[in-house]
Amino acid sequence: MLAIVKREFRAYFRTPLGYVFVSAFFFFSGYYFYTYNIYGNTTNMSRLFELLFPVVLFLVPVLTMRLISEEKRSGTDQLLLTAPLSRGAIVLGKYVAASLVFLIAISATMLQALVMALYAAPHWPTILGNFIGLFLLGTALIAICMFLSSLTESQVIAAVAGFVVSLFLMLVDALALVVNQRLLQSFFRNVSFNRRYAPFSLGLLELPHVIYFLSIAALFVCLTTAMLDRERWG
Amino acid sequence: MIHVHALTKRYGAKLALDDVSFDVQAGDVLGLLGLNGAGKSTAMNIITGYIGATSGTVTVDGHDIAQAPPAAKRVMGYLPERLAFYDEMRVREYLDFVCDLKKVRVGRERHVAAICEKVGIAHVTDRVIRNLSKGFRQRLGFAQALIGEPKVLILDEPTSGLDPAQITEIRSLIQDVGKDSAVVISSHILSEIQSVCTRVVVLHEGRLLVDDTPGNLGRTAKASHRVVARIQGDPARVRAVLSGEPRIEKVRRTAQGEADAYEYLIEGVRDQDIRAIVFRALAKADLPLLSMHSGETSLEQVFLQLIAEQS
Repeated sequence: MLAIVKREFRAYFRTPLGYVFVSAFFFFSGYYFYTYNIYGNTTNMSRLFELLFPVVLFLVPVLTMRLISEEKRSGTDQLLLTAPLSRGAIVLGKYVAASLVFLIAISATMLQALVMALYAAPHWPTILGNFIGLFLLGTALIAICMFLSSLTESQVIAAVAGFVVSLFLMLVDALALVVNQRLLQSFFRNVSFNRRYAPFSLGLLELPHVIYFLSIAALFVCLTTAMLDRERWG
Repeated sequence: MIHVHALTKRYGAKLALDDVSFDVQAGDVLGLLGLNGAGKSTAMNIITGYIGATSGTVTVDGHDIAQAPPAAKRVMGYLPERLAFYDEMRVREYLDFVCDLKKVRVGRERHVAAICEKVGIAHVTDRVIRNLSKGFRQRLGFAQALIGEPKVLILDEPTSGLDPAQITEIRSLIQDVGKDSAVVISSHILSEIQSVCTRVVVLHEGRLLVDDTPGNLGRTAKASHRVVARIQGDPARVRAVLSGEPRIEKVRRTAQGEADAYEYLIEGVRDQDIRAIVFRALAKADLPLLSMHSGETSLEQVFLQLIAEQS
């Protein structure tokens, strides 16, 4: 599995994709940091983390779009699938590599906190809680989008499908308000990423929400593996 | 080494492989021969664990490919028909990655260097794969298959796209590795299979037609009752002389070879070598025989013949 992580991680930075993703994230977090923390003269980063929610939702599909679709299109998956490692290890390797790139991108917020720490005393536990929340949100979404990438041979379709899922996750709170059916209401409310993520940005580390994001990630990593297996037997 | 039993693969309504069984021992070079779409690549994809079979089993070195894929794959090297690489990688880096995948750790440096030397890519190891020519890509595919000293080598059309000099090189390489591993090669070129294989399995529309030695298959293919001859002289006379022979059944003029000389396809009674008969008849009639060779039977004809024999 380590071989896959290594190659995949390198591939991100062998092509422009890794740089574009990281710099886009740095740009947005830098902008929000400037407007809310520097200009607003506060060490409270909660607003910044709150605003990064839609940024993550729109950037992650770009990060994951080629993960599996590109291998299928070019035929390089043949080497991986005939190598002595399980399909689960291949999927997990790719997932870990994408998560690492994501981690590098969101480390921007930690740099900003460090900069603030030079001049004031930020509340570290809150910031750390925020950071963990952002990471969990990202890794859950990476798993979903990686699964989407395993459904198609086209990077573009994988990305568009990712955006649709992201948009749905953004709108799902509003949906919960407009439907009047009890069951649907509670479904939309419980599936909402925003409702789960909000407590993190307030600095609350609630176990159910942590478990929710972790199980979403685990579920979609397993589904991706199942998808590769299905193709084998199809 | 490889044991294929009652392998069947169905794609929807299409039967890609129909109850195919064969064995390959260490030291064997088995040729999978068939027209395009005969099921060669499907069989290889199943043996290497890339796709699953609808029914039937494949065991490689005692490990079932469906039950224990990693163990079976560990002893296998595979050169797919459609070569695909991570184009942004360098040759050396790519082979390193394959070593990682196949868990080759001890003496990796020397192992990779030896393979590069063997397949003739030692001087391009710093090149980016995207910039390699077709021939080098094929060799890189070969190098990748050889990593980890596999006991079983599966080579899907290993010489396609190579120039004649490279083909000769690759063939001698196959014979070299075939001494102590079990090798399976697919091809639709009869002469290629004949020159490197110790055994031939012929597939046609997913069914196994023949499992034989290349020599025997060659005899079927090179029918000496059919010859192509270039004969000088009046075509009507040539035809009259040859048709007069009791063991010659058919004489057909095919092309004008030179001024005053034509090519003829001459067919005799089946399983009868007619070369001497043609020579004597023409000599007696004082018709100069300029050249004669046994009629090349194309692979298609061999298949038709084999199918005809089966039914």
